[in-house]
Amino acid sequence: MALPTPLQAFSSVPKTSVGNDKQTIVNGEKMTGAQALVRSLEELGVKDVFGLPGGAILPVYDEIKDSTKFRFVLVRHEQAAGHAAEGYAISTGRVGVCLVTSGPGATNVVTAIADANMDSVPMVVITGQVGVGAIGTDAFQEADIVGITYPVVKHSYLVTRAQDIPRVLTEAFHIAATGRPGPVVVDLTKTAQTGDMYFSWPQRMILPGYNPTTKAHGRVLADAAKMFSQSYRPVLYVGGGAVRSGAQRQIAELARVTGAPVVTTLQARGILPDSDSANLGMLGMHGTVAATGAAQRSDLLVAIGARFDDRVTGDLTSFAPTARVIHIDIDPAEIGKNRVADVPIVGDVACVLDDLIPETTRTQAIHGKPDLTHWWASLNKLREDYPIDYDQPEDQPTDGSLSPQWVVKQLSGMADPETIWVAGVGQHQMWASQLVDFERPRSWISSGGLGTMGYGLPAAIGASLGSQRDFEGRKPVWLIDGDGSFQMSSEELATAFLDGAPVKIAILNNSVYGMVRQWQTLFYNKHYSATMLRDGEATKDTAPEDFVDVPDFVKLAEAYGCVGLRAFTEEQAIDAIKRANEINDRPVLIDFRVWKDAMVWPMVAAGAPNDEVTYRPGTKPLRRAAAQGADDAAQVSGAASV
Amino acid sequence: MANYPASQPGSQRHTLSVLVENRPGVLARVAGLFARRAFNINSLSVSPTERPDISRITVTADVDTVPLEQIIKQLNKLLHVLKIVELDAATTVDRELVLIKVAADESNRSDVLEIVRLFRVNVVDVHPESLTIEATGAEGKIDALLGLLEHYGVIELVRSGSVAVTRGPRALSEKVLGSEITGR
Ligand SMILES: Cc1ncc(C[n+]2csc(CCOP(=O)(O)OP(=O)(O)O)c2C)c(N)n1
Repeated sequence: MALPTPLQAFSSVPKTSVGNDKQTIVNGEKMTGAQALVRSLEELGVKDVFGLPGGAILPVYDEIKDSTKFRFVLVRHEQAAGHAAEGYAISTGRVGVCLVTSGPGATNVVTAIADANMDSVPMVVITGQVGVGAIGTDAFQEADIVGITYPVVKHSYLVTRAQDIPRVLTEAFHIAATGRPGPVVVDLTKTAQTGDMYFSWPQRMILPGYNPTTKAHGRVLADAAKMFSQSYRPVLYVGGGAVRSGAQRQIAELARVTGAPVVTTLQARGILPDSDSANLGMLGMHGTVAATGAAQRSDLLVAIGARFDDRVTGDLTSFAPTARVIHIDIDPAEIGKNRVADVPIVGDVACVLDDLIPETTRTQAIHGKPDLTHWWASLNKLREDYPIDYDQPEDQPTDGSLSPQWVVKQLSGMADPETIWVAGVGQHQMWASQLVDFERPRSWISSGGLGTMGYGLPAAIGASLGSQRDFEGRKPVWLIDGDGSFQMSSEELATAFLDGAPVKIAILNNSVYGMVRQWQTLFYNKHYSATMLRDGEATKDTAPEDFVDVPDFVKLAEAYGCVGLRAFTEEQAIDAIKRANEINDRPVLIDFRVWKDAMVWPMVAAGAPNDEVTYRPGTKPLRRAAAQGADDAAQVSGAASV
Repeated sequence: MANYPASQPGSQRHTLSVLVENRPGVLARVAGLFARRAFNINSLSVSPTERPDISRITVTADVDTVPLEQIIKQLNKLLHVLKIVELDAATTVDRELVLIKVAADESNRSDVLEIVRLFRVNVVDVHPESLTIEATGAEGKIDALLGLLEHYGVIELVRSGSVAVTRGPRALSEKVLGSEITGR
C-alpha cells in the first residue's frame, strides 16, 4: 500500500500500484529528477523556455547550464512567461514552455493558462511545488496549483516521484499539442526534483482516456457535400481552430471549389489573404457589414474550427436564422454547444477538409454546382457600400491629435509583408484586426476568448523569439497596443531589450481605457467612471517643462534601453514608423497621440441581434438588407426550382 | 439554447455511469465540472470495480437532454474518464442504501416494526426512544418506505445515492479498450 498521507487526495500516483515507494526501475542513466526534467525537455526538442526562478524550482534551475540545449528566457513577471509562450506557440506552431516557481509564481501564471485554454494554444507550464511532506500544511509558498487550475487547463499533473518525470513530460507535450490544443500544467514537487531516478528515452505514454478523433467518420462528408450542392447562399465561417490545424491551403481550396465566401473570427484573421476576393473579413461585434450580413442571410453556414462565441453570434437565437449548419471541429463538445449542427463533423480541420474537398467535387460532378451569382452580387454590394472606413466625420479628431485608424493603416502599409502582428485588448485590437492587411497565416496574435489586457508585449516577445528560432528573424514583429493594456506588462521591456527581442511597439495612446469609454459613451450616458489614464494629456504645444504624462512612454522605453519616439502629427507619425522599421537591434516604442473619442465601427451591441449592426451612428444596413435579402432568397429559390 | 442553470424543476431523472481511472484527484475534476456548469447532482457514488485500476462513478441528476449531452461531452474530455454511458431505466438494476433513525418508543414500536416487516428491510439498532432501519432498494421503494416512516418522526437519515448496473452478462468495463492501466 502507498503511504496514507493527505497527499493521496492530490497525487498522480495510483493508490494500488505495488512497490510504489521503492525504486523499481533500475535501467537507464542514474540522475536526479531535476536533471531528468532538463533532459526530457531536451529530448522533446524544446528550444526556448520562458520563466522566472524561485525556491521551490531551484533544483531545476540549478541544472540549466551553458551547455543546456534549450535557451532560457528570463521574464520579469510569470504572467508574461505564459503569454510569451503563447506568442511563441502561435507563431511557430510548436508547444510553448514556461518554468516558474511555486505559490505566487504559479498563481501569477494562471491568467496566461486560462488565456491559452480559451484560445486553444499548446502550452506546457512547469511549476515548482513544495516537498511531498509539506503538501497540505500551508508551507511557505505552497499553493494548490493543480486545484486552482482544474477549470482552465486541458490537463494537469502533480508529480511526486522523480521516476515519473520523463513519462509525465512526454504525455504533457503530447496532450498540449494534439487534439484540441491547450495548456497542460506539470506541478513538480521538490521531492521529485531532488529524488534519484533512472532516465530512459523514449517513454511509453499511458493515456487510456485520451483518443482525439482527427478523421471524419461515417456519412457526414457525403451529407456535407450534398448540402453544398443544395445551397444558394453558403458561407464558410472560419475560426482559430483552422489556424491551429494549419489549414490555410484547404480553406482556400474549399472556398474555390464551392465558390462560397469566407468570413473569419478574430482569431482566424490572415488564414485567407485579405486580397483574396472570397474574403469578406471578420464577422460579429466589430466585424464588417458584409461578413456579418453574409452569415445572417446564409442558407448554409459552414463553421470550421469555430465555436459560435457570443462576440460572433450576438443574440444567439437570431444568429444566421435561415442557415443550415455544418460544423467541423476537433472537439466534439463544441459541436451543438451553442447552435445545433445539421451535419456534425468531428475531426482535425485540415484532415477533414482534405476529405471533404474531393467529396464535394464528386458531388458537383453529379448534381452540378449551384449558381451563386445573386448571392455574390448582394454581398459585393454590402462590401462596396459599407467598407471598413475611418474617413468619416465621426472619426475625425477634433482636438488636433491623430486618428488611431489612420495610424493603423499607415503601420500596415509601411510594414514588411512578412510582419507578425500582435495586439493588446481594446479598441486598438479591433482596429488592428480590421485595418491591417493580412496576407499570411499565423501573422496575427491576439487574445480572443479571454480578452487579456497585458497580453501584447509578452506575446510579441514570444513571437519575436519564435521568429528568430524558426525564420532566422525574417519576420519582424509589430505590437499594436493600447496605453492601458501596455501598462499591464510594460516591465517586459526589460526582457525584450536584454533577451534580444527587437519588437516594434505602436501605442495608440488615447489616454483612456478606450473600449470601456466607448461603451460608457454609448450605453452609460457618457459617465466616464474610472477610464481616464492621464498618460497622454500633453499636446504638441505643451512646453517640455510642463510635460506631465504618467508615465511618459518615451522615457519609459529609454529607461529600459529601448528607443522611444512620439508622434503628435501625421508627418511625425510617418517619420517615426520609418525609423522603427529601420531599427532591428533593439525594441522601439512609438507613443502615437490619438483622439480619445474615436470609436470602433461597425458595432453590434452586446447581446443584440447581428441584424442590428450599426455601421455608423444612425445607419443599420442589415435591417434594410434583411428585408431585401428575403426577396433575393425568393428569387434564387425560384430560379432553382425551374 | 439558454441552459443555465442546467437543472430545472421538472427535468427528467437521468443516471450516468462513468468509468474513470482509479487514481486520486479524479473525483475533484469530475465534481468540479458539474459545479461549473450549474448541474445539480441528485446523487453521486464512487467506488472501485471488478478491475482495481478502474473506478465507477454513478451520477443521478434531474436535467434536460441538451445540457446533459454537453455535460457528457465535457466529461469525456477529462483524460481520466474512460467511458460514459447513460443507463436506460428499463434495462438497469439500480439500488440505494438508506439508514433511517425513527423516533419510536413502546407506544408505537410495533407499528414501525410492522412496516419494517412489510418492506422486508432490517432493524440495525434499537433504543428505548428510537429504531434505526437499514433499507436497500430502488428509489421508488425507498421513497415509499420513507413516506410511511415520516409519520413517526425521522430523527436522522442518510442515503448512499444510487448504484446501477445494466441487466445481462456484459460488463461496462469491457468497453474500455486496452489492458489494465498500470505502470505508473
Ligand atoms: C485584464 C483585463 N482587465 C480589464 C479588462 C476590461 N477592458 C477591456 S478593454 C479595456 C480598455 C483597454 O484600454 P487600452 O488598452 O488603453 O486600449 P484602447 O481600448 O484604448 O485601445 C478594458 C479595461 C480586460 N479586458 N482585461
